[in-house]
Amino acid sequence: MSHKEQGRGNGLFGVYVHWPFCAAKCPYCDFNSHVHRGSFDEEVFVAAYEREIAHLAEIRPDVEVNSVFFGGGTPSLMQPESVGTILDAVARHWPVKDDAEITIEANPNSVEAARFRGYRAAGVNRVSIGVQSLRDEPLKALGRLHSVEEAIAAVKLAQSIFERSSFDLIYARPHQALADWEAELRQALDLSTGHISLYQLTIESGTRYYDLFRAGKLAMPSADLAADFYELTQDICAAAGLPAYEISNHARAGAESRHNLLYWRYGEYAGIGPGAHGRLVRENVRHATATEKLPFLWRDRVLAHGHGMIVDDRLTWEEEGDEFLVMGLRLTEGIDPRRYAELSGRALDRRQIEDLTFAEMIETLPNGNIRVTDRGFPVLDAVVADLAA
Amino acid sequence: MSTSLDHIRNFSIIAHIDHGKSTLADRLIQMTGGLDLREMKEQVLDSMDIERERGITIKAQTVRLNYTARNGELYELNLIDTPGHVDFAYEVNRSLAACEGSLLVVDASQGVEAQTLANVYHAIDVDHEIVPVLNKVDLPAADVERVRQQIEDVIGLDASNALEISAKTGIGIEEVLEAIVHRLPPPRGDENAPLKALLVDSWYDAYLGVVVLIRVVDGRIRKRQKIRMMATGAAYELDRVGVFTPKLVDTGELGPGEIGFFTASIKEVADTNVGDTITDDKKPASKPLAGFRPAQPVVFCGLFPVDAADFEDLRAAMGRLRLNDSSFSYEMETSAALGFGFRCGFLGLLHLEIIQERLTREFDLDLIATAPSVVYEIVTTDGAVKELHNPADMPEEVRIKEIREPWIKATILTPDDYLGAILKLCQDRRGIQVNLTYVGSRAMLEYQLPLNEVVFDFYDRLKSVSKGYASFDYTLEDRRQGDLVKLGILVNDEPVDALSMLVHRSAAEARGRVLCEKLKELIPQHLFKIPIQAAIGGRIVARETISALRKDVTAKCYGGDITRKRKLLEAQKKGKKKMRQFGKVEIPQEAFIQALKMGDN
Repeated sequence: MSHKEQGRGNGLFGVYVHWPFCAAKCPYCDFNSHVHRGSFDEEVFVAAYEREIAHLAEIRPDVEVNSVFFGGGTPSLMQPESVGTILDAVARHWPVKDDAEITIEANPNSVEAARFRGYRAAGVNRVSIGVQSLRDEPLKALGRLHSVEEAIAAVKLAQSIFERSSFDLIYARPHQALADWEAELRQALDLSTGHISLYQLTIESGTRYYDLFRAGKLAMPSADLAADFYELTQDICAAAGLPAYEISNHARAGAESRHNLLYWRYGEYAGIGPGAHGRLVRENVRHATATEKLPFLWRDRVLAHGHGMIVDDRLTWEEEGDEFLVMGLRLTEGIDPRRYAELSGRALDRRQIEDLTFAEMIETLPNGNIRVTDRGFPVLDAVVADLAA
Repeated sequence: MSTSLDHIRNFSIIAHIDHGKSTLADRLIQMTGGLDLREMKEQVLDSMDIERERGITIKAQTVRLNYTARNGELYELNLIDTPGHVDFAYEVNRSLAACEGSLLVVDASQGVEAQTLANVYHAIDVDHEIVPVLNKVDLPAADVERVRQQIEDVIGLDASNALEISAKTGIGIEEVLEAIVHRLPPPRGDENAPLKALLVDSWYDAYLGVVVLIRVVDGRIRKRQKIRMMATGAAYELDRVGVFTPKLVDTGELGPGEIGFFTASIKEVADTNVGDTITDDKKPASKPLAGFRPAQPVVFCGLFPVDAADFEDLRAAMGRLRLNDSSFSYEMETSAALGFGFRCGFLGLLHLEIIQERLTREFDLDLIATAPSVVYEIVTTDGAVKELHNPADMPEEVRIKEIREPWIKATILTPDDYLGAILKLCQDRRGIQVNLTYVGSRAMLEYQLPLNEVVFDFYDRLKSVSKGYASFDYTLEDRRQGDLVKLGILVNDEPVDALSMLVHRSAAEARGRVLCEKLKELIPQHLFKIPIQAAIGGRIVARETISALRKDVTAKCYGGDITRKRKLLEAQKKGKKKMRQFGKVEIPQEAFIQALKMGDN
């Protein structure tokens, strides 16, 4: 890596692979996912992924892969061979670290769980399972196709096959009571072997939940109740030895998701597949990239031009500074204000730091990092807005 | 060559908004061939956008009509279109003084309104012959006899020979022209006396500079003549002299009784005073025409740019507007809450609104206006008397011996159904009833009211309690001592000067409570809790608290979410720039605008 490029990057590089297809669209999900009825040629798609990897390695050579992440959509709908082919392509074009973290997101359906061994053989060493709830009724309401029983079986199977695994839950759901969540969470912590992601349900525009919410048919918890949910969750997880290392992610020390840490530490990543975003440093400028979102258009574009990239914006220093804050302050390790100054070309506002410190929203750690306090995390977006102003 | 006096008629049209003044003027112009149809835009006389939209006239305008009467003789008819609003009462008075008669236009389906009344009285004051005209007689709802009776009862004019017309369809227009010729008197004047002309109005034209509208009383005015303004003493050599048809047409001179314009090298409208007398510089008249007085602002408010960076643009825009409107005054003001801006004086609330709207529309400026305030007289304990234009400048209570506030006499006409609600409104606003009479099913109320209660939200309230049926007009009466206190607002224990106002002691607490409640809704939650208090002197009379923000965090934020999150943050940062930092509290501009719009509840 040239010295110049190290100035903008931080030596961390990962590959994100987006598989856009799902068996069904969940009513809360605003991700780039598509329910494809009928069959399509998976091999042609995989070939397109290979082409795009080659292209990205061409425009961003000289980096070493720390992590690969298969997200979606539902990547566990992919054949293990497809995952293997894509990982081979990554390794052909970039050097891959020996201990690289290779994660795949999976749904806990029995059909998909049956592929776990195949993924392991293809090189995957971490799985993240979309359990979402350990109660059958909310699972149905969330539009999930699996049962609690299947979910628990899938988690246990994953734990027996992969060195590292995680699963997701959604809480602060309509009509959910604090006490019910507490019981569900304790059960989840018993099941977990080191990493768990806990997301408060968010109403995103363009989803079915959004329409229901607008129509007054979705009883979402008030801001006060949502804050209570959050605090309870932090307390229980910390007591169980899985403290938050990020707003919604909890892990035992060392079990954190390295790929996701790369996002929050504002490293570089290549986005492969339909609607995948990337951040790549080229000639000492960080580029924000994105590919065509619609799967078949993306495939045709890649086959015609060698890549599906339709956005390639050069970020200004101010934009980089903003992104660094937005991502970095999500971590309990905080941010290094000197790196903020390097990226944005200006120091953080001293008065804002003083005011936010006085309000006990942020604190400065012995190593010089600035981090958001336990009080500050539930209002992080407001804290970031103040600090970035 | 000018027309002989007995073939000139100068007249104006008095009407309530929407009663058809402009439509009638259009018809008269069309019938006498002033403009051909192609050139005719609707309502040619109301040429400013705002005038057209609101159906009101701000600047006096004039048009010369050449009419061949049924007796075969050619007459020169000069129509002066006058401002119809109380804010411009003095301008109305001067425009009317330039004519010998008026057409009183009343909508035959609506009847007499308060505004009509006030203007008719102005016309009677200057000895006008008045021809009543009933318009819209073709409408099914027209009740000619009732309105005829109303004119006799309310105004006291003989309406037996009122004309019945429809300006829209053209019915009766020729009779109007004949009535102007035969029922209105010709002007009088002495062609050989020294020049005496009334300055009716003036405005700034980008090509011609200041254009001055005049009525010649005695003598003649010519191109290249050196004239003098008697009030200011300034002298000018005239460039152009002519008339409006309504297009500008050079005639080179104007004689007694005629209405027209001149241009000279006059830089700004402020150099010309409405009501001034113009005379010959070398052979001046011995004394000016009666009735001149300089414009006096009645209502004040602070105008601040939403974006502090626009301050210089605002200053330039104010200068431009002042070029054309000398009755509007401004001086720089600094507010702790709103930064740099201007304290501006206006003839009244409509004038304020018009200026604000022109600044926004013509100069593309986003503005915050503070609550309108009237001019108070403060007598301090040391016996000194000073005028107070801005509540922020009020001396401490212990140093005040007495506060005097302006009072008005208001005339309100309303259908009987709303009388109760209007009486209550006037009573709530410290009104003193002077008179209550009935005209058919309509009540005519006369009230004395403190002007500060009227600038607050009286119009809006009146409109809402009468469903828009009541009409309202006022004249300034006098100044009276009042038990007034300064109501201050504290946000997070810091006073917000832009929100302070002078109110009557009896209303202070209630108003303070409303303001606190509104601000609670308007100021977003912060990371800490924010007390909002209303205070009179050191005493807190109302209090609300905005609780601290408890939850504001994005649950999921990974590689694909960064761009969207960054754009949200950028929008947030931009929004913050539009807020006013007050101590540690950021108050959105919108909060000032909405909080001061008290009329909404």
